[in-house]
Amino acid sequence: MSFRHKHILGTENLSREDIELILETAESFKEINQRDIKKVPTLRGKTIINAFFEASTRTRLSFEIAGKRLSADTVNISGSTSSVVKGETLEDTAKNIEAMAPDIIVIRHGHSGAPHYLAERVDCSIVNAGDGTHEHPSQALLDLMTIKEFKGKFDGLKVAIIGDIAHSRVARSNLYAMTKLGMEVRFAGPGTMIPVGFEKHGAIVCDNIEEAISGADVVMMLRIQLERQANTLLPTLREYARFYGLNPEKLKLAKEDAIVMHPGPMNRGVEISTAVADGPQNVILDQVANGVAVRMALLYLVSGAEMVEE
Amino acid sequence: MSESNTVILDHAGVKRALTRIAHEILEYNKGTENLALVGIRSGGAHLAEQIRARINDIEGVELPLGAVDITMYRDDLGSRGSLPVGKTDIPFALDDKKVILVDDVLFTGRTIRAAMDALMDFGRPNTIQLAVLIDRGHRELPIRSDYTGRNVPTSREEKVLVEFDTDNAPIEVHLAK
Repeated sequence: MSFRHKHILGTENLSREDIELILETAESFKEINQRDIKKVPTLRGKTIINAFFEASTRTRLSFEIAGKRLSADTVNISGSTSSVVKGETLEDTAKNIEAMAPDIIVIRHGHSGAPHYLAERVDCSIVNAGDGTHEHPSQALLDLMTIKEFKGKFDGLKVAIIGDIAHSRVARSNLYAMTKLGMEVRFAGPGTMIPVGFEKHGAIVCDNIEEAISGADVVMMLRIQLERQANTLLPTLREYARFYGLNPEKLKLAKEDAIVMHPGPMNRGVEISTAVADGPQNVILDQVANGVAVRMALLYLVSGAEMVEE
Repeated sequence: MSESNTVILDHAGVKRALTRIAHEILEYNKGTENLALVGIRSGGAHLAEQIRARINDIEGVELPLGAVDITMYRDDLGSRGSLPVGKTDIPFALDDKKVILVDDVLFTGRTIRAAMDALMDFGRPNTIQLAVLIDRGHRELPIRSDYTGRNVPTSREEKVLVEFDTDNAPIEVHLAK
């Protein structure tokens, strides 16, 4: 089958077949990352702009390495050093970037929907690297790749996603993808961090972390955004850690072979204890390693999709 | 399958050709020292297994075997869309090996060019030799095979298909118009 998406805006509009093709492609690309010469000529001559209007280390590095290992030319711009600070609109910035003829723009933006807005206005491919509190598709896909590696399947798996669901684009992208793959998704977090209506999208909203974790195959801890929500949505961090932090004792409620995931960066001692973060069930660095492979797959697939359309 | 479809190499013919290729490889290289087989996915990888089994029958030596997927080395991404990318699996060091690259059908030579680029990324082989079951002509690059099962004159529009059974053993070769 061929891949027909010119843009990767979210997992909401990807089908199960799309997701499976992306993961299979990523599994093939993963081998490159273990070679002595970690480079293939697949995207030679393509130009990829990483436009990060919001802070990021891991995702930007991951996209940049993915592009470089496929021999594309990758160029980074960040919000603080771009003309956005001079008052240029997003559309003007994008049009100016496009005038230099890139093939793909990878964009992270603080506003939900920014990548979709651009996708309607530019000719090149847009890959969403996180938009506001909306979606972070490449993160969900690397999570799925890691789950597949450790569990060998998706159907019937129980996943507990714990933390600030309301502001988490990781939770949204994972929910859309996981329900399509036949997984049971449970959410738990403080009442101020759980939006109403997620049941309509197939999630099971639990009253407490214990209920969500019980019998789970996968426990995914979300980052508490200390810089943003910690003061208004939570009484104290210590209380959050006590009720919603993952420690070895709570983890015992999950299946014995459950894996622990975290999209990073971790607040050790807040949402995840050091004993769990470094414990035998954590697959956090596997997630990071798979991130490069998944992003290589996305860049490769959107590059070809353009031609299928024409 | 289209209307006109002729068998250009039957089952016995395929087996004889592979046995002869195995003997030629051993004769030319004076034994199995430093030899390794790498098949191009998917047909060539299956044939490489066959050649390895035959060399094992003749010399009692199990050669290192790898498989290479050339999708990421293609030069036509822009015109064909994203083809599925298969796995490359070369579980041994290529440095100083005499690598026998195996493919089912040699046509334009572009696949072989891509496969050689892929091999170079894994190390520095002593030599790369090419073994193909069918050479159908129409080369677009200066590439030739060292071991050929059968030369088959074709027109560009025709298709040459090597048929495999469910165990990935070759059955016969068809020419379809």
